Amino acid sequence: MGLHAYLTLSALVFAIGLFGVLTRRNAIGILLGIELMLNAVNINLVAFSRFTGDLGGLVFSLFTISITVAEVALGLAIVIVIFRVRKTVEADRLDLLRG
Amino acid sequence: MTYTLPILSLITWMPFIGALLVMFTARHRPLAVRLISLATTGVSTVLSVVAYVAYDSEAAGFQFYEKFALVPPLGINYELGVDGMSLLMVLLTSIIITAGVFASWTVQVRSQEFYALLLALVTGVYGVFCSLDLFVLFLFYELAVLPMYLLIGIWGSTGEVRPRGIFAWAFRETGVGTKEYAAMKLTLYLLFGSAFILVGIFALWVEAGQSSFSFLAFEATSFEPGVQRWVFFVFYVGFGILAGIWPLHTWSPDGHASAPTAVSMLHAGVLMKLGAYGVVRVGMGLLPEGAVDLAWLVGTIACINVVYGALSAMAQTDLKYVIAYSSVSHMGLVMLGAATLTEAGLNGSVFQMFAHGVMTGLFFALVGLVYEKTHSRDIPKMGGFGRVMPGIATAFTIGGLSSLGLPATSGFVAEILTFMGAWRSDHRWWLIPAVVGTFLTAIYVLRVVKQIFWGPPSPHFHHLEDARGPEWVAVVALTIIIVFFGMVPGIAIGLVDTATVPLLARLPLP
Amino acid sequence: MRILVWLPLLVLGLPFASFLLLAVVPPLRRTGRGAGVISILAIAGAFLGALGVWTQGFRTESRWEWIPADGGPMATVGILVDPLSAAMLALITLVSLLVQVYSLDYLHDEPARGLGRYYAYHSLFAFSMLGLVLSPTFLQMFIFWELVGLCSYLLIGYWYDRPAAARAAVKAFWVTKLGDVGFVVGIVMLWGTTGTFDFTTLFAMARENQIPAEGLTLTLFLIYLGAVGKSAQFPLHVWLPDAMEGPTPVSALIHAATMVTAGVFLVTRAQPLFLLAPDVMGIIAAVGAFTALLAASMACVETDIKRVLAYSTVSQLGYMMTAAGLAAAAAGFFHLLTHGVFKALLFLGAGAVIHAVGTNDMFRMGGLGRAMPQTAIVFIVGTLALAGVPPLAGFFSKEAILAGVWQHGATTLFVILALTAFLTAFYMFRAVFLVFFGRAHAAGHPHDAPWLMRGPLWILAILTVAIGLRYAIGGHGDDAHPAPGWLAPFSVVLALSGIALAWAMYQRGAIEPAALSRALRPIDFMARRRYGLDALYGGLYQAFILGFSGLIGWIDRYFVDGILNVLSAWTLRGGDGLRRIQTGRAQDYLYGVAFGVLLVVVWFHWWAQ
Repeated sequence: MGLHAYLTLSALVFAIGLFGVLTRRNAIGILLGIELMLNAVNINLVAFSRFTGDLGGLVFSLFTISITVAEVALGLAIVIVIFRVRKTVEADRLDLLRG
Repeated sequence: MTYTLPILSLITWMPFIGALLVMFTARHRPLAVRLISLATTGVSTVLSVVAYVAYDSEAAGFQFYEKFALVPPLGINYELGVDGMSLLMVLLTSIIITAGVFASWTVQVRSQEFYALLLALVTGVYGVFCSLDLFVLFLFYELAVLPMYLLIGIWGSTGEVRPRGIFAWAFRETGVGTKEYAAMKLTLYLLFGSAFILVGIFALWVEAGQSSFSFLAFEATSFEPGVQRWVFFVFYVGFGILAGIWPLHTWSPDGHASAPTAVSMLHAGVLMKLGAYGVVRVGMGLLPEGAVDLAWLVGTIACINVVYGALSAMAQTDLKYVIAYSSVSHMGLVMLGAATLTEAGLNGSVFQMFAHGVMTGLFFALVGLVYEKTHSRDIPKMGGFGRVMPGIATAFTIGGLSSLGLPATSGFVAEILTFMGAWRSDHRWWLIPAVVGTFLTAIYVLRVVKQIFWGPPSPHFHHLEDARGPEWVAVVALTIIIVFFGMVPGIAIGLVDTATVPLLARLPLP
Repeated sequence: MRILVWLPLLVLGLPFASFLLLAVVPPLRRTGRGAGVISILAIAGAFLGALGVWTQGFRTESRWEWIPADGGPMATVGILVDPLSAAMLALITLVSLLVQVYSLDYLHDEPARGLGRYYAYHSLFAFSMLGLVLSPTFLQMFIFWELVGLCSYLLIGYWYDRPAAARAAVKAFWVTKLGDVGFVVGIVMLWGTTGTFDFTTLFAMARENQIPAEGLTLTLFLIYLGAVGKSAQFPLHVWLPDAMEGPTPVSALIHAATMVTAGVFLVTRAQPLFLLAPDVMGIIAAVGAFTALLAASMACVETDIKRVLAYSTVSQLGYMMTAAGLAAAAAGFFHLLTHGVFKALLFLGAGAVIHAVGTNDMFRMGGLGRAMPQTAIVFIVGTLALAGVPPLAGFFSKEAILAGVWQHGATTLFVILALTAFLTAFYMFRAVFLVFFGRAHAAGHPHDAPWLMRGPLWILAILTVAIGLRYAIGGHGDDAHPAPGWLAPFSVVLALSGIALAWAMYQRGAIEPAALSRALRPIDFMARRRYGLDALYGGLYQAFILGFSGLIGWIDRYFVDGILNVLSAWTLRGGDGLRRIQTGRAQDYLYGVAFGVLLVVVWFHWWAQ
């Protein structure tokens, strides 16, 4: 299998993740979508690393995974705080940024 | 230069130092605020007079020269120097700001911030008149324009404008008449103008080889006629907005009417002159061919300004608006004098800047006093104040006489020189609007004087009194200056002439 | 030789010093009578100096730079003494001195600070008027021309809390300023073609025909407009009768003897130039004669004694202007001097009467000859002089003018002036009979004025007689226009018939005044309404200037500024519309991001290769 197959897979995962982020109303669901998008990036990194023989890609994907963990933890913490304050985690109702 | 003392830097930065001192040392001590302001502007004033006296008019040219590099790769330098024209403007600025410090003696609300902003603004004004580097000049220009927003927005007063006509909806939506509206309008208009100026400055910089922003370097460069024409136009619009050219003048009446006394004095008295000065110094000085090509436009708009401003002033019932529109009219005379491109006209123009600056400063100081005592600016309600405030009445009358160009006041000298210049210019008919403007001025000024100070006492006001104590200082000093320079104009015009003659000599006149 | 310069300068400087002292030292001004004494001392000194200048009869000119310029001064100031200005100096200082002395008693009821202000104005006026006649340049003349106008404005409005005085003062300023607009344009045009304001240089150029003829007529006409305003010529004469709202001594000084003659002085001074423009001279003469007749007709129906005198002043100024316009400027100037003396006398006499009875209305006076015999005598002397009865001063000057007009062959103008002379005698004696003869109306006990007022009256009366006698004995000073032999009897007959008519109507009652006015109904109707000129100007001012300014003010506020407000309202609305895009939902923004990325991808893919 060539590089193209991995890249296609990654694009698909990214698109699914983006779809999830855009359409999910629940904040947890949105976080899950973000995870998928990040993992799509990881796939890319690993794939390029494999095909170019550059270990940098692997190292970066490890970084990404660890940062993702931190990000999910932070994201969930924010969601919990929002739930405590607003009694909801539905994204449609969270519009404090409105102009 | 025999003067090793950086006299221009001292004049320029002294008020700024004052502003810092006011902000950091005089918290909650109103008297200290005033004394610091007075001391620092006083130093500037004394130094201006010293510079004025010490200026060598035989040698002419830019004197008291200072220079050090700021951003060498781009050719930006801190470069100061004055010639006869800018020196007169520096003197005017110091006169007005000193008078303004006295005139705002009674400001109660947050006087510390008020004085600090006022002083910072004055540094900008001095800087524009002294700078020979256009980039630095622009920085100073912005410094002179921006504090106005806060000064009017916070310490201003709100008038009333009824929405009428086909655009009434727009008046309702923008809140015409409030001080916030006036502050916003003035600031936006002037920033709009400064965008033009910036474009013009960069255009010159690019055309001159991207090596220097120095006025002297630009002066030595001869730009292409096409470039000259459009850059002059850009400078004319940019600086002209500040000089109140028609139809971009409407910020002036609203702004000056809403502003607190000292700010009106400074703005109408000095800042509008920045605009005219910019057109003459930067526009005509650097772009002689552009100036000759577009003189017809400058002069024609100026004629409209003169007559239109006078007629509008006549239609007002709010005292501050009358004075503000009279500024529009007189700035027309300033621009007209410059547009004649003759020695008489240009000298008249520069002298008119000075004369009108002092006169309008006096007017706004007096209107401030009247307002403080009556809490009204409504002319039809007033009457017979001459009996209770004879001093104010006298000073107002003298200011009014100067404004209508009565001999023995500085206004006359400026006007007659402008007339003479207009008749010697290529557009003789300019003389007619100019003269008509002065006649209309006689009508509206004397009408206002008659309504406010003459006639039987008004039933609306009781227990009024004349000015007192520090209030007198500004009024008397400005009145004396008006009359003194009217009787002995030579001491100003002799100096101005050394600057205008070389300027005119560079013009490619047929 | 230095005396030639410093003596005129002293004459000029003393009133100025007095003004400065009173202006900048308020405690001194507030002493009232003390201020008066200072001013009187100054003008007395100036009078002695002026007498010195006049009797020496020297000629001198000196100038100093005023407005510098690159190639020599652009404008100079200085003094020019010649017989013309020396005579004016003597007249001005004399009348000023007498009027200021007179005022000390006339205005004794005034509060001290008001009186101080009055004398400060008087000093300023004396300085300005002297500066005017000493001017060696058009520009300096214009400067002082405006300054005397300012003094006139301030003194008419001396009682500034009276609405009528305030209105009259402003009216006087505006109307004269209208003429001055022409004046200033004229001198600027003259400067434009000749490059100088100097009389001497200009006259030399005129003699050598170096002044370009093109536009000269217009230039001189515009300069003449200044004289029209200041000397109350038709159609700008309307301010002078209203100016009578000022104190009577002011009317005597400014609006009879001195300032209003400035226009005649101007035309006389600039005669060499005006001679280059015969058209303008024709206009000057015709307008002068017309003014003389018009004003005389209005004087005949006036009931206010001061206004009668005011119209008579306008009428006499017309006389002088006619003479000046017919190249008989010397005769006009002679009349200016004699008129200055006896008209000041008449005004001061009228002031004494008003002071005594407290009204200006002649029909409420009467029989005052018995109560105030001295006033009556001097007033009648003045009246006879004005009517042109020999051997008083007015007879000779008026005859000189009529002779000049006749010599020039201007028959129409001669007839008009002769008619005016008849009317003059009529309306003046109408005033005399109404005021001093007949039945007493006034309540109270009028009596002659105190000596400070009487003294100036007698001095002026004696002068009137003395000047007349000097000419009766010594013959005419002016031999340029020898009068035809019939002229003197003719003018005496004119004067006497006027007097007789007045006597028949107002003393004897043989002719009913009402019947005469019915017979002359249209003229009577128009004259009583001042020929509608005041109404016309008022209407023009209201409709044209105020209306137009209202329109411009409206346009500026609601159209020019309106467009700006529309732009800003649109900006506000635009911002308001764009605001709605900001839903606040992060997902909506992400849609935007995703769409943007898509666009970038598409762009890269298809276009950017």
